[in-house]
Amino acid sequence: MTSEHSVGAVTARRLHFEQPLATVAGAVLPSYDLVYETYGSLNADRSNAVLVCHALNASHHVAGWYVGDENNIGWWDNMIGPGKPLDTNRYFVIGVNNPGSCFGSTGPASIDPHTGTPWGSRFPVMTVADWVEAQARLADALGIASFAAVMGGSLGAMQALQWAIRYPQRVRSAVLVAGTARLTAQNIAFNEVARRAIVTDPDFHGGDYYAHGVKPKRGLRLARMIGHITYLSDDAMMEKFGRASRAEGFKYHFDVDFEVESYLRHQSDKFAEYFDANTYLLITRALDYFDPARACNGDLSAALAGAQARFLVASFTSDWRFSPARSREMVKALTDNRLDVSYAEIDAPHGHDAFLLTDRRYHAVVRAFFDTLAREQGIVGGAGQPIELPGRVEPAVAPAGLPQSGFAA
Amino acid sequence: MSMQTPARRIGRADYDAIAAWIRPGSTVLDLGCGDGTLLRHLRETREVRGYGIEIEDDKVIACVANGVNVLQGDLDRGLAEFDSGSFDSVILSLTLQAMLHTEEIVLEMLRVGREAIVTFPNFGYWRHRLQVIAGRMPVSDKLPYSWYDTPNVHLCTIHDFDEFCRKRSIRVLERLVFCDGVPVHVLPNLMGSLAVYRFERAQD
Repeated sequence: MTSEHSVGAVTARRLHFEQPLATVAGAVLPSYDLVYETYGSLNADRSNAVLVCHALNASHHVAGWYVGDENNIGWWDNMIGPGKPLDTNRYFVIGVNNPGSCFGSTGPASIDPHTGTPWGSRFPVMTVADWVEAQARLADALGIASFAAVMGGSLGAMQALQWAIRYPQRVRSAVLVAGTARLTAQNIAFNEVARRAIVTDPDFHGGDYYAHGVKPKRGLRLARMIGHITYLSDDAMMEKFGRASRAEGFKYHFDVDFEVESYLRHQSDKFAEYFDANTYLLITRALDYFDPARACNGDLSAALAGAQARFLVASFTSDWRFSPARSREMVKALTDNRLDVSYAEIDAPHGHDAFLLTDRRYHAVVRAFFDTLAREQGIVGGAGQPIELPGRVEPAVAPAGLPQSGFAA
Repeated sequence: MSMQTPARRIGRADYDAIAAWIRPGSTVLDLGCGDGTLLRHLRETREVRGYGIEIEDDKVIACVANGVNVLQGDLDRGLAEFDSGSFDSVILSLTLQAMLHTEEIVLEMLRVGREAIVTFPNFGYWRHRLQVIAGRMPVSDKLPYSWYDTPNVHLCTIHDFDEFCRKRSIRVLERLVFCDGVPVHVLPNLMGSLAVYRFERAQD
C-alpha cells in the first residue's frame, strides 16, 4: 500500500520492568511489560528521538509492516517513514504500547503473576500521567535523556502535553494533533454510553469474563458504534453513505436497510473480535480524567508555566469531538506563557479521523515543523548502525492496532 | 531555499521602519504575518518574542518552515484569544485595507498591545489619482489587483487615516511615508505610495 516510503518490515520488542508503577489512583502495578517498536536509527548524541503516543484503539505499531503479515500496516504509516513528514532518515521514532492496552503491553487480559489468572477487574485504573511515567522508563532504558519531539493525535496529544508539563527538560518539542487539555461534558457523556454498553452486557461478568470463556461483544460493538460515529463528520458520513439502502426499496423492518447501518455493524463486529472490553473501559476513563489544569484551579496557563518545549498544535475544522476550540484553548495557554507555538487549523471534511488521513496541508505543516526543528537544533540522522535495543523480539501477532476508523484503513 | 538572510536591513521600506521602532526584547503580535519574514527579521535583529496570525494555509506552512511562531486564524474574528495589554506592539502590515472589520481590528490592536503599528498602501498616491481621473480603478505594485479580484475592500488615503485616528482618540506617535522605498517628506498624501504609522490610545 505505502511501500515506496515505508520504513519496511519492522519488529516489535517486549521489555520487562520489575520496578513497580505507582498510579495516580493510588494503586500499584508491581511489574509489567511494555511492547515497543523503533524506526530509523538513533544518532551518536541521542538527540534525534521522537516518541509517538497512541490513541484509543491503536498500538506501538505506528509504521511499517510485519514479515508474514504484510497488510498489517502501522496506524500512522502515512506520517512516518523515509522522506515522510516525520522523516525516519533523520529521526529515530519510537512507538510504545501503553499499559492497560490489549496489544501486547501488560493489560487487563494479561496474567497477574501473583494469581496466575488474568488481571481483569483488578487491573489498576490508568491515567495519562501513569502512561507518561511508563514511557519515561522506556526512554531511560533506551538511554534517551530528551526527546526531539513527543507527538500524538487525540489521546496521544494528551500524552504529549503531559510530557511537556511533567518532564520539561526531556521534551524539546511537542506535536499535539486533534487534541484537548480536557474533555467536555459531551465527550465524557459519549464515553459513558460506551462504558454502559460494555458493563451491562451479560457477558461482562464484572470485568472477569476471561474465566467464563466469553467476551462482552455486544457491549463492545455498541461502544465502537457510538465512538465511530463521533470520529466522523456529518458531511463525511453523508458523502460516503448518503441514504443509500442495501437492497431495492425498503423492507420496513428493524434490521439493516441503510448502507450506514451495514457499515457500522461490520466495523463493530471486527472491533469486538480483536479489542478487549476492559481496555476500552480503561482507556476511555483515562480520556475522561485527563485535566492538567485541575491542579491549578482550572487554570491551564498556570499548569503549563513550567513547560519549555516548542509546540505545534493542529486541529481540523470538521472535528466536533475534539474541536478546534479545544486546540485554541491549549494555544492560548501556551502563548500566555510566551512559549514557542505554531497552530494550524486545517480545513478538512473528515471529522476527528482527519488526523490519521493524508492531507497535503496537514502533512506539510508537520514536515515543516520537523525540518525546522532539525535545522535549528542541528539534529542529524543516525549513521544507520543499529543500537542495542533492550528487550526481546516480540512475535508479530495481529492485530496490532488498526486506525481509528474504517475510513482510514 | 535561501540560506542568507539580510543581517540588518530587509529591503522593504515598511519592514525596516517597523524594525527601527521595535524595542529589543519586546513582545510582538504580527497580524496577517504572511510567510513570517518580518517576524523572523525582528527576532534576529531585535530579539523579540512574538507570534504571527495568518489565515492562509500555505503562508502558515511557510512560517513554520521559516521557524516563526504562527497561529492560523481569521483576524476578522478579532483577537479575543489575547488578553488586554498582553503585547508591547501589535503590527498590521499591508493588511488593513483587506479587513472587513477595519475599525474593530484597529481598536483590538490597541486593546491587546501597548502600541500599534499599521502600514497601508496610500490610495491618495498621485499615480492612483491619475488612474481614477483617467476613469479606471488604480492598479500598482502596492495595489496589484483588478477591481473584481481584489481582497482590498477598505482602501484609504493618508488624510483619511489621520482623520480616523482623530475621531477614535488614537494618538499617532510617528508617521513615515515612502515611495519606492524612499522616504517622502513633501506632500506625502500625493507623493507617497506607502504609509507607516505607530500609534497608541490617547489618554483620557
